[in-house]
Amino acid sequence: MRQGYAAQAMTVAALVAAMFVQTVAAADKKYGPGVTDTEIKIGQTMPYSGPASSLSVSGTAEQAYFAMVNAEGGVNGRKVNLISLDDGYSPPRTVEQTRKLVESDNVLLIFQPLGTAANAAIQKYLNAKGIPHLFVGTGATRFNDPKHFPWTMGWSPNLAAEGKVYARHILASKPDAKIGILWQNDDLGKDYLAGFKEGLGDKAAAMIVREASFETSEPTIDSQILALKSSGADVLFNIATPKAAAQAMRKVHETGWKPVQFVIYSSSSIAAVMQPTGIDKVQGVISATYLKDPNDPAWQNDPATQKWREWMARYNPKGDPRDFLNVYGYTVSQLLVRVLAQCGDDLSRENVMRQVTNLDFDLPMLLPGIRVKTSPTDFRPIKQMQLQRFEGERWVPFGGIVDGG
Amino acid sequence: MDILLQQIISGLASGAIYASVALALVMIYNTTGHINFAQGEMAMFSTYIAWALVTAGLPYWLAFVLTVAVSFAGGVLIERVVLRPLHNAPVMAIIVVFIGMLLAFNALAGWIWGFLLKEFPSPARAVATGTPLFGGHDLFILIVTLAELVLLFLFFRHTSLGLAMRAAAQNPASARLVGVRVGWMLALGWGMAAAIGAVAGMLVAPIVFLDPNMMAGILLYAFAAALLGGITSPGGAVAGGLIVGVMENLVGTFVIGNELKLTFALAIVICVLIFKPSGLFGKVMVKRV
Repeated sequence: MRQGYAAQAMTVAALVAAMFVQTVAAADKKYGPGVTDTEIKIGQTMPYSGPASSLSVSGTAEQAYFAMVNAEGGVNGRKVNLISLDDGYSPPRTVEQTRKLVESDNVLLIFQPLGTAANAAIQKYLNAKGIPHLFVGTGATRFNDPKHFPWTMGWSPNLAAEGKVYARHILASKPDAKIGILWQNDDLGKDYLAGFKEGLGDKAAAMIVREASFETSEPTIDSQILALKSSGADVLFNIATPKAAAQAMRKVHETGWKPVQFVIYSSSSIAAVMQPTGIDKVQGVISATYLKDPNDPAWQNDPATQKWREWMARYNPKGDPRDFLNVYGYTVSQLLVRVLAQCGDDLSRENVMRQVTNLDFDLPMLLPGIRVKTSPTDFRPIKQMQLQRFEGERWVPFGGIVDGG
Repeated sequence: MDILLQQIISGLASGAIYASVALALVMIYNTTGHINFAQGEMAMFSTYIAWALVTAGLPYWLAFVLTVAVSFAGGVLIERVVLRPLHNAPVMAIIVVFIGMLLAFNALAGWIWGFLLKEFPSPARAVATGTPLFGGHDLFILIVTLAELVLLFLFFRHTSLGLAMRAAAQNPASARLVGVRVGWMLALGWGMAAAIGAVAGMLVAPIVFLDPNMMAGILLYAFAAALLGGITSPGGAVAGGLIVGVMENLVGTFVIGNELKLTFALAIVICVLIFKPSGLFGKVMVKRV
């Protein structure tokens, strides 16, 4: 009996000691919700089902990237646990799922939720609660607003900036251009259009001879291309997501129209757009980019691209190596890992934001010369792009890195 | 003037697409009395089968015939397995099944073949037409659709099987009394609609590219076409498709702007349903909607 008592006392003492030790250790570490010594829990929503499900390739790639990070020991010894939920590309479900991630799963931050409308729907909620809303999966300009939304940060160059890059190139290379614009009637199209017109400045009204919009629900855009062609335009700015962009380029070719064509970055994938359109029909088309395209022979022997290929083979074997979203998801996950590593043992939400607004480095799959750079007043990690022209079977860069600011 | 002509011809080309899908809708309506919301997705799925066959190295026409045969069998199977238990169910239940099939086929195609756009071949793409106004494939769609129409007409008017199928749809009880196997007639109707849908998919894919959401936009226009022409009339469906295609181009380019083109298709659907539910070429001939 006495011995039993002594054993109990010893256990209590040991427990107290253990608690004390832990408190001491924790003094060096600061953990926000979802963080322990062995795990960092983060969340996101993705359109795994529904009309935009083709975009969820990036979500799959991100999970595959963290699988590799975890297999190699995690970030500062902590495994990254990405909870990726389906929102069906429907903003009300994005809100519901994000609330679940924040209030029941207790994630540290929200990472790369996909879609302009989806992110707009959760932006206020996350900012009101002070939860990092990082590297949103949309290029819409509204997500770069540090004054009103200090917890929200974008990732890819914003659409208006890209529009400006094309406008400046036209002003410099073809100042007397007559421009026809095909644009998708949604946030994406409007953002590009606004940036493009801003880039042309006061010459916009004189240079743009015809604008034709289309809805994503329209089966074909032949009618719009014919109208643009008959306007006499000699430059065509093709603001369309892959399917319509490919249809437009093919129709332009079939009607014998030969304008200088610009196609937006997200529709410049060789495998998803250029090849289905027909390589012979897209010669000379101009676009801009910031990521390496692993299908481009120029990167055949690039060590970073080879590492990407190994990762695809080992951790993302079901993914299509021709889909640029696999590079996109890989690189944006790399960025988050760099941020988490930079946080060290202070994984509070405040410190995450402090670190994320203080970045300056390059990433392996970004084009050489393009850097990730942020400051407390600049929430655009990537601002530079590289103009490129389609020649033969690949994109050939020209004119150096340009700033879209 | 030039642009007017261009828009009319381009409208006829897209109208032929709507017509080919509308034919499948009419087919299933005529034989079962239902409107199949999954028709577009079934056609898309068939087109993937054709694509897989062509990619595997089969010549186009062999792949074409095989796809039509497989789709026919698939249509019969769907009717026997999925819809047969619902023969006496309320319309709502059947609509729910159709919508479920729509989602299932879409997800299945994405799961099997991925979401990247795929180029689909056309035997007539390279055929020179001598004018930039329309391409060889546009002509091909129109010819195939009209040929289908003639075949359907001959089948329903001049074969006893066609007569039995019409009887089974219009008056199942009497048909059964005179010895028509109504259940199998319905299954045959499904098979034929699936086969016509497969042809439509293979005609459409070279224009809009093949992807799991290929039919989403087209199906709505096909509904408009089928309703405008009269949901019971195959000829009406083709005429309706061409009218919708040309009207949407003209109205979109010269009158209301492209933003409202889709609204225009919906307006057609609503106007027809309100003012003349039997459509232009339905049982009674009418002047205009």
